[in-house]
Amino acid sequence: MSHPVRISVNGKAEEHEVESRLLLCHLLRDRLGLTGTNIGCDTSQCGSCTVLMDGKAVKSCTILAVQADGCEVTTIEGLAGEGGLHPIQQAFWDNHGLQCGFCTPGMIMTAVEILERSPDASDAEVRHGLEGNICRCTGYENIVKSVVAAGARGAS
Amino acid sequence: MGRYVGTSVKRVEDPRFIQGKGRYVANIQLPGMVHVAIKRSPEAHARITGMDTSAASAMDGVLAVFTGQDFKDGGCGSLPCGWLVPDTKVPDRPIVVTDRVCHVGDSVAVVVAEDPYVAADAVEAIEVDYEPLPTVVDARGATDEGAPLVHAEIENNVSYDWALGDQEACDKAFAEADEVVEIELVNQRLIPTAMEPRAAAAQWDAASEEMTVWTTSQNPHPIRLLLSAFTLGIPESKLRVISPDVGGGFGSKIFHYPEEVIVPWVARQVGRPARWVATRTESQMTDSQGRDHVTVAKLAMTSDGTFTGLDVETWANQGAYLSTFAPLIPTALYITLLSGNYKMPGVFGKVHGTLTNTVPVDAYRGAGRPEAAYLVERLVDLAATRLGRDPLELRRQNAIPKEDFPYQTPVAFLYDSGDYDRLMATAADRADYAGMRAAQADARADGKLRGVGVVCCIEASGPAPSAVAGSLGSAVGFWESGEVRVHPTGQVSVFTGSHTHGQGHETTLAQVVADELGVPIESVEVVHGDTGRINFGMGTYGSRSACVGGSALVRSSEKVRAKVLRIGAHLLEAAEEDVVYDRDTGRVHVKGSPDSGKDFGELAFAAYTAHSLPEDMEPGLDFTSFYDPANFTFPASSHICEVEVCRDTWEVRVLRYVAVDDVGKVINPMIVEGQIQGGVVQGVGQALTENGVYSDDGQLLSGSLLEYAVPRADLLPGIEVDRIETPSPHNPLGVKGAGEMGTIAATPAVANAVLDALAPLGVTHIELPLTPERIWRAVQAARAAA
Amino acid sequence: MYPNQFDYHRAASVAEAVELLSSLPDAKLVAGGHSLIPAMKLRAAQPAALVDIGRIPGLADIAADGDNLVIGALATHASVADSAAVRSGCPLLAETAAAIGDIQVRNRGTIGGSLAHADPGADYPAAMLALGAEITAVGAGGERTITAADFFVDILTTALADNEVITSVRVPCAAGGAYLKHRHPASSYAVVGVAACVGMDGGNVASCAIGINGVTGKAVTADAAAAALCGGPASADRIEAAAACVGEAFDEPLGDLYASGEFRAHLAGVYTKRALAVAAERAS
Repeated sequence: MSHPVRISVNGKAEEHEVESRLLLCHLLRDRLGLTGTNIGCDTSQCGSCTVLMDGKAVKSCTILAVQADGCEVTTIEGLAGEGGLHPIQQAFWDNHGLQCGFCTPGMIMTAVEILERSPDASDAEVRHGLEGNICRCTGYENIVKSVVAAGARGAS
Repeated sequence: MGRYVGTSVKRVEDPRFIQGKGRYVANIQLPGMVHVAIKRSPEAHARITGMDTSAASAMDGVLAVFTGQDFKDGGCGSLPCGWLVPDTKVPDRPIVVTDRVCHVGDSVAVVVAEDPYVAADAVEAIEVDYEPLPTVVDARGATDEGAPLVHAEIENNVSYDWALGDQEACDKAFAEADEVVEIELVNQRLIPTAMEPRAAAAQWDAASEEMTVWTTSQNPHPIRLLLSAFTLGIPESKLRVISPDVGGGFGSKIFHYPEEVIVPWVARQVGRPARWVATRTESQMTDSQGRDHVTVAKLAMTSDGTFTGLDVETWANQGAYLSTFAPLIPTALYITLLSGNYKMPGVFGKVHGTLTNTVPVDAYRGAGRPEAAYLVERLVDLAATRLGRDPLELRRQNAIPKEDFPYQTPVAFLYDSGDYDRLMATAADRADYAGMRAAQADARADGKLRGVGVVCCIEASGPAPSAVAGSLGSAVGFWESGEVRVHPTGQVSVFTGSHTHGQGHETTLAQVVADELGVPIESVEVVHGDTGRINFGMGTYGSRSACVGGSALVRSSEKVRAKVLRIGAHLLEAAEEDVVYDRDTGRVHVKGSPDSGKDFGELAFAAYTAHSLPEDMEPGLDFTSFYDPANFTFPASSHICEVEVCRDTWEVRVLRYVAVDDVGKVINPMIVEGQIQGGVVQGVGQALTENGVYSDDGQLLSGSLLEYAVPRADLLPGIEVDRIETPSPHNPLGVKGAGEMGTIAATPAVANAVLDALAPLGVTHIELPLTPERIWRAVQAARAAA
Repeated sequence: MYPNQFDYHRAASVAEAVELLSSLPDAKLVAGGHSLIPAMKLRAAQPAALVDIGRIPGLADIAADGDNLVIGALATHASVADSAAVRSGCPLLAETAAAIGDIQVRNRGTIGGSLAHADPGADYPAAMLALGAEITAVGAGGERTITAADFFVDILTTALADNEVITSVRVPCAAGGAYLKHRHPASSYAVVGVAACVGMDGGNVASCAIGINGVTGKAVTADAAAAALCGGPASADRIEAAAACVGEAFDEPLGDLYASGEFRAHLAGVYTKRALAVAAERAS
């Protein structure tokens, strides 16, 4: 059973026929070639696949593509717009907020919402806000530092 | 000191990652690519009595279903073990089993389909009949009389026995000891859980008969070697293995896995490029796992607290098969570290490598060394308690003095350099250890369970002198290659056999070469992870890349400088001894006349135009070195952790964590700190949350991230990092490994802190991880015993 | 992980959803999908059809109705946690919603979905019991209201008929409430979650209700503990004594790798004590 899905991804209108069961993360990665959205687990624990859907951070591995019909999706590739880096991306670079880079897109997309909710989020707030994202490399220390720094610089 | 080494240069690899442009294997799309999925055994030990693949084969979009016999008949060899201690009994490990599964997750059949969803459907449609066989999962229980045999031909499930040390000195120490403390402990099974699940892709070029394999490996060259010589049978000259960006490894991506054989074999069979990407569930049940020791040990000392002997017996669970380097971990990377940072004449250890119906166990961050550190550091705390001594002070009393380096331990290693007393003093100072103890006394007076854990730990990093490795059982050498290719424009490409999967080599190795040559770091590009571009390399593990890979690049850079200097002298019409190579600028000039020199770019160009070169000099500017280290390097750490245990929920709250490390000279402080921080949290994970658990019938009960508790951002309040530097005397950079020290020290630091907190309640030991329930039960037991 | 094939239907109204559920064999409702889709990915759930109610207008509203709050079934956990009306009128409920999963899960998961799934480790059920919530559902026979006490039947089982759709939840406003949980370190589910409501009259506890999830297959009330606290001041001693009675609420505590049933029962006492203390303070 296939369904038409009209979806705006990073500002670009897309229309695709998809199977009911196609997950949003696979639509993004396999159909649209937006492989910045990584898949790190099966159970909605790791947050690597986090994207913004209608401005909210969501786990794209736990959303059917058909459920995203009519929505606006922003992935890591579309966060900064043309050229340059989003302030949160810049802060991750400046503060060594990544090592292997696999969890990084999900961390950054989640950080967008953390700072939208609390523009000057404290260290503790950021640690709490990242409860749905797993990093195995950094020990979180510099991720937290990056998000706090981005907030302090008015990233939201 | 150059311009870059020693400074926190921002990572050059980051822009692609923060913009979602990482080149992971799962992102590879090849024209006409098919998808591979694998039927996994739900049984830990069973005979396969029947299999029906017809429904799967008949599905729309399914190209083929292959069984173990197909791979065997198709020329695939079994997976070899690359480290064999004397008399190791090696069970056969087929790519896909034919008649018997030995652990949950063993490969049973392979599906090839147009789409990963269809492949998953087909996997589900394969019906397999299993006749369950008895199982064994426990490292020590496997050797019990009458225990089920994992492989009928391997008696008592013992793959090997190994021992090292001075048994006579050890026996004497215990015979003469004033005090002896004993412990029996489990170092629990861990699941590495790199965030990127393993993946492999392959493309066969029928015209050239060349195979390209992309794999999530920490070491593509050894994988190519094993594929060529053992498993796939394609000559190395026709086989290119690429490990592009790899999303974390922590050891688990060192090894040669069945899927690296399955995917290229399938690609050739179906005549189309193929890709397999593990689900997290698959990763957790097929990536080699870590630790899993049962140990009985005792420490002998005099009444004044001088350690005199250590006697250790360990049963090391190797899982159902021997993974690529499995026997190395509990032998030459474990027993050899039992002397810790202490002067202790009578150290003796023996280990039994046992087989069980569990996922194979191999290196996981630290690999053997954390097991040694946890054991030794728990014993030292028990000794301090027995003697009524402060645990930090007792450690300082027994620490190897700095004037004793190089220090020969009773367990083979020659420690290169160190200053453990200063290390501990720095940690105590940084943590305000005295203040912590005073605060602890106040907290205890208020009825709170406050604890302070202190450790001093050793690591052997930078494997390894090849001859030593060979004598200990390695089938390969552990040198590293490094090529410095200066292009005619003066741009530099650096080819390293090391592999970066988070460590930042594209930055640190560029820092090294830029300083060696005196060129801007922007003009240095680091290439790694591709057997088609790098002649050979041994890859990254054991915190070896700076020590061994970096040293190879220093050697090649020296050769470049020597040639550039000669060209410069020639063009300046000066004698070689009258010119200098200015390493700040890369210019060659006549001594005393810096303005009259030649730029690096000019000289590089001259090397390629070859219009005017010294007599007998070949054109070009490209040097390769193969660096075989003279010794391991020996980083050390002293960590101090302060915790409070809640008196009713029995949760552990870490109040402070102070890590002071000595990793020798530091190339990039920012990156080293990041390595320490990340390592610490993995070590804390072992202490507090992580536990790989099998039921008695071999089911992996912690097989998903719903059960296996990887640390989250709020587990620690922050980590305070500091360091001292005792350079390694035997490599040109003076560096020691930085990747694993944090993990090694953190587990005992937290465990010691928690047990210190619980000491007033009479609790002396709890197995890891220190979950609230385990603490609650230990407290209840201590109360009942009191 | 890849779900099985299924048919997907998007319902434009509750009536259409009920109709689809009634007519399609083996159909399941989906809204946020944060319980169902993970189960489908693991192929632990393999429904033949999904009826998506996520777009039905008006079902996500949160409104005050006298001394009650009416929460639409599609209200996400984030919207409940963030709602000014909920935060001021019923802090316990806002606290519960904020304790669920993580930001991303709260942005998608809905109150109706959580209640209908009735996971033993879910956070909402305890709050529903403690607050005495009423769940409104529409089925083929029309609309009906189910009290929270009647709603939770067993593990993953509710009083809903197969073709019934939760439309809203009505909870009384209660200033004196608190929800505290012991979070599973891996799954983030409640190992134990305790919702406590306390009403004060003068210096004495006039009313008390306690809901507990995580310990048993379905969420339960701890009536003996609640009763023990009533009729006297909310002193530390009386709260401790009351919390000591929670064990009576559990027939068969469940255990997992992280915490046995016995330890969960222990934690339930601890969290009951804490939740009562916070609730009583808020009530005063």
